Amino acid sequence: MDEQYMNYTPQDFKSDQEVRWCPGCGDHAILSAVQKALPEVSKQLKYNLERYVFVSGIGCSSRFPYYVNTFGFHGIHGRASAIATGVKVANPSLSVWQVTGDGDALAIGGNHFIHAVRRNIDINILLFNNQIYGLTKGQYSPTSPLGAITKTSPFGTVEHPFRPGELVIGAQGKFFARSLDVDVKLTAEIMVEAAKHDGTSVVEILQNCVIFNDGAYDYITDREYRDDRVIVLRHGEKMVFGKNRDKGLILSGLSLKVVTIGQGGFTMDDILVHDAYNPNPGVHMMLANMEYPDYPVALGVIRNVKDSTYDDNVRDQVLEVMKTAKIKSVDDLLNSGDTWEV
Amino acid sequence: MDKQKSVQELDEVVVRFSGDSGDGMQLTGTLFADASALFGNDVSTFPDYPSEIRAPQGTIGGVSGFQVHFGNRKVNTPGDYCDVLVAMNPAALKANAKWVKRGGLIIVDADQFNEKGYQRAGYKTFDAVSELNLQDYKLIFAPITNLTKESLKDSGLDNKSITRSKNMFALGMVYYIFDRPLNFTEKFFEKKFAKKPEVVEANKKVLRDGFNYAANIQAIPSTYKVKQATNLPKGKYRNINGNTATAWGLIAAAEKAGLPLFCGSYPITPATEILIELAKRKDLGVKTLQAEDEIAGICTAIGASYAGNFAVTTTSGPGLSLKSEAMGLAVMTELPLVIVDVQRGGPSTGLPTKTEQSDLMQALWGRNGEAPMVVIAASTPSNCFDYAFMAGKIAMEHMTPVLLLTDGYIANGSEPWRIPSMKDYPEIKPPIVPDGTEGYMPYARDDKRLARGWAFPGKKGIAHRVGGLEKDFLKGSVSHDPINHQRMVDIRAAKVQRVQEFIPEQQVIGDPEGDLLVIGWGGTYGHLYDAVNEMRASGKKVSLCHFNYINPLPKNTRDIFAKFKKLLVCELNMGQFANYLRMNVQEFNYLQYNKVQGLPFTVAELVEMFNQILEEK
Ligand SMILES: Cc1ncc(C[n+]2csc(CCOP(=O)(O)OP(=O)(O)O)c2C)c(N)n1
Ligand code: SF4
Ligand SMILES: [Mg+2]
Repeated sequence: MDEQYMNYTPQDFKSDQEVRWCPGCGDHAILSAVQKALPEVSKQLKYNLERYVFVSGIGCSSRFPYYVNTFGFHGIHGRASAIATGVKVANPSLSVWQVTGDGDALAIGGNHFIHAVRRNIDINILLFNNQIYGLTKGQYSPTSPLGAITKTSPFGTVEHPFRPGELVIGAQGKFFARSLDVDVKLTAEIMVEAAKHDGTSVVEILQNCVIFNDGAYDYITDREYRDDRVIVLRHGEKMVFGKNRDKGLILSGLSLKVVTIGQGGFTMDDILVHDAYNPNPGVHMMLANMEYPDYPVALGVIRNVKDSTYDDNVRDQVLEVMKTAKIKSVDDLLNSGDTWEV
Repeated sequence: MDKQKSVQELDEVVVRFSGDSGDGMQLTGTLFADASALFGNDVSTFPDYPSEIRAPQGTIGGVSGFQVHFGNRKVNTPGDYCDVLVAMNPAALKANAKWVKRGGLIIVDADQFNEKGYQRAGYKTFDAVSELNLQDYKLIFAPITNLTKESLKDSGLDNKSITRSKNMFALGMVYYIFDRPLNFTEKFFEKKFAKKPEVVEANKKVLRDGFNYAANIQAIPSTYKVKQATNLPKGKYRNINGNTATAWGLIAAAEKAGLPLFCGSYPITPATEILIELAKRKDLGVKTLQAEDEIAGICTAIGASYAGNFAVTTTSGPGLSLKSEAMGLAVMTELPLVIVDVQRGGPSTGLPTKTEQSDLMQALWGRNGEAPMVVIAASTPSNCFDYAFMAGKIAMEHMTPVLLLTDGYIANGSEPWRIPSMKDYPEIKPPIVPDGTEGYMPYARDDKRLARGWAFPGKKGIAHRVGGLEKDFLKGSVSHDPINHQRMVDIRAAKVQRVQEFIPEQQVIGDPEGDLLVIGWGGTYGHLYDAVNEMRASGKKVSLCHFNYINPLPKNTRDIFAKFKKLLVCELNMGQFANYLRMNVQEFNYLQYNKVQGLPFTVAELVEMFNQILEEK
């Protein structure tokens, strides 16, 4: 057994293909984060490079597999979850990553997406959410906010968007995390956690499309106020945020509430501790749904719960049945049941 | 038992069981067919049932039928008309009387021929015999419901279970008439109800009481004997239906190739039984994924194929429509994949439980772009095994999706099958790319088959990317180069065409030249075969050319056609194969005989048509 997995660098995960995203597109940063995360994943999980398979649908984001020097499958629009599921069931020892856009995963592929999550197949889904159809040049997507003006909604959209976290948890998702394209370090850290989680891991990455939806996330990515408008959650740590780390989340009645530590009688003791491992999805759902300006936007691993996985269950069932099987070959099968001689 | 009754010997007999869809006619027919096969007859069956699970009771729409043809020689069809009809209610009689041979025997449950029963079935009078013109038939009005109640009054079963057993009383009667042993069916009860001995006993009792009742009544003057078939090839036999044979053929291909079988599928009539059969076969390592829809069915299969399993997806017409885009992806990525389409009446939801050769054009062309695919068709219930196996072999060795067409008629129909041995089947050697291949080129091809290599993820040194965008001729990376695109379109077509070198030559049944060549494909084989033989027996120069390999066509197709004065393409659609032949073998004039009634051909109508064509100038 050679131990290549100890020695990879990001360079090993760069393919020879020229990266074709628009200059300034958030996808570049996400690619860097993945290339940074994979050596760490390899080290921690003892994965050699040939174990990785990147599967995608169609969209700007779905070009991703061409740019990582691993096995890759660029599928058809919306079907990446299904293709990735097939890869994983066929060979459970592979580390399967799905790269998908908000249209790819939540519009045309919504059905496959929720069913992958429900089955808890052990794949990692990287959902690049730019709230727009990039590749087809700027139509609204299922995550575009109500009223968004785009090419196909010149007077503003009249439909309510999906919140990916809510959808994932609603589909009984066991792992949901969120990051910002610009925060390469955090994204890479989350990728490692996603890889280590057995089951479907969904990582939503808020991604800027410079061409068709530029600045959609400026309100939280801008250095000037990022710290006051996002909260980075880490399991076992207090839910505090703010430039001065003086704001925190408490439970007030059945809702979360933002308080300032040292004001209104609130102390650090009142602030919630993040429990990503709690099977009860209640608080996770509230955290995932927090929106600016009422709340900070939650980043980090919001939910990370253990449960049996589809691929393990498939394999175990086959092995279990085979153990006591009377039919061991096709010849046995053909000769089973009622037969007679002529 | 009354030994006075005369015994007549017959070569073959057709029995049709019919009743309400809740009357258990499919089971009754299946048991009769199994008993006949195990007894040693050759058998062919035709289940004909409504698409509603429980259509309104007693109505024509709710009638379910099962026809069994058995004989002391090879039997090729379930028979056009029946010698014996069992009708469990007035609706069944009304719907099926036209399928009984003149003078045939009709057994009805007299207890159901009451006012309500007549009205539900839409009779105008309360006299079925006159209204349906059955004066020339032998009708036996047996009080089956009441006799069943009487038979089971001490069984301890509840009323509902008792009335549900009346099909077994009727079956007992038919067993008497055809002198069938009861032990096969009794064994079936013992197995099926192993945990409920009182149910086993009850069923055995009704079956026997039905048998004895038939022995004792005057209305049945004679019994019939159909001897064991002796001219069948020697060997060990079993009964098999088309869907089971398809499932097993796929497993056989996986075993020969030494790869696990993966099936991604979504339930749809009449294809579901393939998924059901595969799901049972965990003992042979089969992985089945019941997907969220047909698109996921094929896409999981494509993913599994990419990762190195022998992958299949199974469906019927509407599901095939959903798979179109993904079939194109399989063509583009040049991965092995078998798509099974068990055809049913269309368009749209159409006639879910009825047969039709509905999807040939969809199979051949139903994709965007130039997306050629190998298309083959099975033609009998048992040869679904062989063609499923061949579909797997071609897919894996030629690195291409293969579409296997069957249809509701052969999928649900069953026949005795001489059990083959896997050692008699050819090897399957997919071009698997070895670990650490130097200078691996994803789209480099072998000269013989033009197949690219199959490079499984997890193997060292051959990491590569594939996808639906046009590929570079060798490297497989994305290419928008105009000349490259032309080359790739050409080579994908050539690869499929090259399969011609690896399939058997087309056979002709009958003389290699003559006045009329009957041309068919797929599930119409049995009927065309019998009809052509009947013509030949009366001295007509008619032969049959029945296709299983459709794209590509066998090499000698043109040479065969050239030797006949007239060509008649017979299909259960409006002429899809005829038009395909017009495109591909253009120099001939193709006459057509088409039928789209959700039913197989009858031999009688074919013979009439053939004669008519021979007479025309
Ligand atoms: C079957 C099908 N329908 C439509 C398209 C056109 N199409 C390609 S990508 C896309 C939307 C992509 O949006 P998203 O998934 O958000 O990806 P992004 O480009 O924003 O990364 C659409 C509609 C297609 N390729 N295939
Ligand atoms: S269109 Fe938008 S999403 Fe697509 S590459 Fe350009 S910036 Fe990125
Ligand atoms: Mg998008």
